[in-house]
Amino acid sequence: MTLSYYTVIILLLAGTIRVATPLILSALAGLFSERSGVVALGLEGMMLGAAFGSAAASAIYGSAWLGLLVGVSVSVLIAAVLSFACVFKKGNQVVAAIALNITISGLAPTLALAWFNQGNQTPGLTNSAQRFLEITLPWAKVSRTHPFPGLIYSELISGHSVIVYLAALLVPLSAFILYKTRFGLRVRAVGENPHALDSAGISVNKIRTQAVLISGVLSGVAGTYLATAAGAGFIPDMTAGKGYLALAALIFGNWKPYRALGACLLFAFTDTVATRLQGVPLPLIGIIPVQFIIALPYLMTVILLAGFVARPEPPKAIGVPYEKEN
Amino acid sequence: MSQSRSALYLRLEPFLLPVLNLGLALLVSGLIIFSIGENPLKALQVIFQGSFGSGEGLGYTLFYSTNYIFTGLAVAVAYHAGLFNIGCEGQAYVGGLGVSFVGLYLGGLPAWCVIILGILAGALFGAAWAYVPAWLQARKGSHIVITTIMFNFIGSALMTWLLVVVLIKPGQQAPESREFSNHAFLPSLKGLFSYAGINLGQSPLNLALLISLTAAVAIWFLLWRTRFGYQLRVAGTSPAAARYAGISPENFMLKAMLLSGALAGCLGLNELMGSQHRLTLDFPAGAGFIGIAVALMGRNNPIGICFSALLFGALVQGGGELAFEMPHISHALVIVIQGLVILFCGALDQLLKKPLRRIFTTTV
Repeated sequence: MTLSYYTVIILLLAGTIRVATPLILSALAGLFSERSGVVALGLEGMMLGAAFGSAAASAIYGSAWLGLLVGVSVSVLIAAVLSFACVFKKGNQVVAAIALNITISGLAPTLALAWFNQGNQTPGLTNSAQRFLEITLPWAKVSRTHPFPGLIYSELISGHSVIVYLAALLVPLSAFILYKTRFGLRVRAVGENPHALDSAGISVNKIRTQAVLISGVLSGVAGTYLATAAGAGFIPDMTAGKGYLALAALIFGNWKPYRALGACLLFAFTDTVATRLQGVPLPLIGIIPVQFIIALPYLMTVILLAGFVARPEPPKAIGVPYEKEN
Repeated sequence: MSQSRSALYLRLEPFLLPVLNLGLALLVSGLIIFSIGENPLKALQVIFQGSFGSGEGLGYTLFYSTNYIFTGLAVAVAYHAGLFNIGCEGQAYVGGLGVSFVGLYLGGLPAWCVIILGILAGALFGAAWAYVPAWLQARKGSHIVITTIMFNFIGSALMTWLLVVVLIKPGQQAPESREFSNHAFLPSLKGLFSYAGINLGQSPLNLALLISLTAAVAIWFLLWRTRFGYQLRVAGTSPAAARYAGISPENFMLKAMLLSGALAGCLGLNELMGSQHRLTLDFPAGAGFIGIAVALMGRNNPIGICFSALLFGALVQGGGELAFEMPHISHALVIVIQGLVILFCGALDQLLKKPLRRIFTTTV
């Protein structure tokens, strides 16, 4: 069966949305952390911890929602350790985040083996209540009968997991919190000039901790999506660098929510196209190696960081532990 | 009295703190083992027995330690120039490409010549892979932590492509190159150890151990006994002071990263020329990241790094035995211990330092 270009494009875009969802959630998590001045290298570990926690809880209790709750709790717990080390003990943020990523990448399979005894993974989530399955919105089936514009509704708007819609809502919500609320102003200020905030009598440590914990909540949702919506259970290293890719997207988006969203969609689109084009020769270019497309987002980010395209504007106080002056 | 006590404490601190932090990391690991329902002390015993209890175990322990000496030194050299090189994994991987080129295409030369060329090629390829992030940091101000991470992913994609499409042995499914010329096999240390009455068994311990130890001595000499090393450390500790003294911190950033990448690139000597005798997919297997733990635990000092590399070599070897002896414990437990060591020695190093100083010294 040959699909029309229209159908192919719609299906590619639908795939893009699915691939982009964990990236978007994770990039938003990074947004809060980085804008408060705490390096967001811990996204990978928080996401992986949540993926394990949600899959384990869902496997044991048979409920995806409980899975979400446990997944988010695990991720927040990791965020709490991170903020204890980085914010309160003034530890090196990069080292702390890398340490936690490595610890979680070992701890999750260790606990999986000890608890479930099925190799280093959790049991597969086979029951529909254990997963966040795709939701079919009203009239989606009917609209399919008129492919144009019906497919846009049935494939792009309908037919996603509830977490996808949640992610879509969280982008404007995060932008609103960051730019329109007092808390958001403080988060941005503490990432630019913590001394100013301190002299205004606001606790730098408190704001940074809150930002890192929010980052934990969002990473938790991202990890839960991987294990209970995109996948059906936990397997080792299932985040596969998505936390770092989300950080790249955040940097690519110049630490701004909507631009980061755009970067996530762009990275997800290249990924979806790459999967689709595997081994298919393109006119003039020939077969594009899939590894090249995998490396493409990282290459683009490096080029952008080099300042060849635009000037990157990272938060000024990023990575610097705040020492109160006596 | 109190003054001499505080002087004694401050002298002991560089040795005491890593040991205590390691103790904390092991304590948490022990709690994890306990919560799984196994006996932590018995686990420790199995690890020790597996890594030092037999000649073969010792051989494997030292074989892994060799990898970690290279990557630990790599992280440390960058650290002394004020840089955090998370890219050792990628630099080691791409360095392995250089080593493999020599093993695959220059194997007709005499063995000593092939080995020297292998060292040079590994170092050159590793250094080249470190150069771009270093240049971007020094000249463009892009953060080296981010760019080296990106380069790990780019390097991994590049190497996968080369292995799957270009270097794969024809008519074979697994992404591996053909075997190196036997002139490119590093000599085993079995003979040397048999003089001491130790039988290394099947372990792949080879000449690369001695090369890595030589590198450690050379790096120690370079950093603490030469003008270059002094300038590098000044540039890393205080860029402003360095600039005032006419040292360009940017130049030393570049040089330190080239040296760091070169050291990481030598990993292929041990893994490829020493053991596997072919280029394999993802052969560094996390050694670049373990280098971070090794350097932190060894306080970025080459002698300390040799000891902490030995510790991590023992953990990896003994951890494998542990997974074999206790079926409820995963291979991945070793990764947990690594991560906890980085956490306690690297990120939470202030946790014990301040209270201990308060107890043992009069002035903090």
